[in-house]
Amino acid sequence: MIPETLNLWPIILVLGLGTFLIRFSFLGLFADKELPGWLLRHLRYTPVAVFPALVAPLVAWPEATGGAPDPARMLAAFATLGVGYYWRNPLYGFLAGFATLYLGLALL
Amino acid sequence: MFATASVTSFFEGLRVSMPFLLVAGPFGLLFGVVGTEAGLNIAEVMGFTIFVVAGAAQLTALQLLADNAPVVIVLLSSLAVNLRMAMYSASLAPHLGAAPLWQRALAAYWMFDPNYAVAMARYETGPKMPLAERVAFYFGSSMAIAPLWYAMTFVGALIGRTVPQGLALDFVLPINFLALIGPVLRTPAHVAAALVATLLGLLTAGIPYNLGLLVAAAAAIATGAEVERRMNRRTVA
Repeated sequence: MIPETLNLWPIILVLGLGTFLIRFSFLGLFADKELPGWLLRHLRYTPVAVFPALVAPLVAWPEATGGAPDPARMLAAFATLGVGYYWRNPLYGFLAGFATLYLGLALL
Repeated sequence: MFATASVTSFFEGLRVSMPFLLVAGPFGLLFGVVGTEAGLNIAEVMGFTIFVVAGAAQLTALQLLADNAPVVIVLLSSLAVNLRMAMYSASLAPHLGAAPLWQRALAAYWMFDPNYAVAMARYETGPKMPLAERVAFYFGSSMAIAPLWYAMTFVGALIGRTVPQGLALDFVLPINFLALIGPVLRTPAHVAAALVATLLGLLTAGIPYNLGLLVAAAAAIATGAEVERRMNRRTVA
């Protein structure tokens, strides 16, 4: 629990401003400028680099189970990735993931 | 006031982003529920959702606040989770950079993972798309996400502790991100980047304050770019 006495508003506003500045950074500062090829080549891999790095620990050691590996969540992760990859559609992956998760939680 | 082609692009963006309703809804609900359970009142929950508008960063902040982490650590870690947005911003700049300032500011405010992904995919398949249509497409896509995100956070904050544990809302975020990864694994370079990210993400999970995430992502980006460079060289030679 977050202590009642803690005033969260400064945190919310600083976090909001910081997040906006991150998002606005290049759209605002370097708008209209051609970005060099090497930079674009690196930017192309941002999503495929950030998401797995963010997700892998959450899949391996889910907080909901106190960090213990959970077969239902593990299977759901692989189902999401596999179906999304095969059909090239995020929605199919998302649906397959949740179907697997609930089935796994019910059966395992 | 708006050209017909822009209206068409707006609805095209909205239509292709419809699947994300299924993500933004549960994810907003998740934050509302988790926030209320952590002791936030409705105004504070909505403050996060409207001013920060970034689920992963908000959840990171809640987690650290609940762990009584120092405020500086809360801010730095949550912003670190959002640093990927700087890269989104840079990759959107060649496509949206010529738009008026207020449009770029609004595009920045509504910058999420899914609408970034679909917009980039759309711009790459149609390099001749006029600026106004690119902007309209982007906002169409944003509209599939933002309103529901606000509304469902509010619902989550209202229902709070009555949500059954069996729904496993904790796993909405991993499934959301994994669903976005699968379809973009198009080339060996993308696959190599994803593998390095996964491996380093696991190995660096123990590093405090989310710094491991930045290390893993940076290494994975370098890997993807390098594999692409080498494969291009082979094709040319």
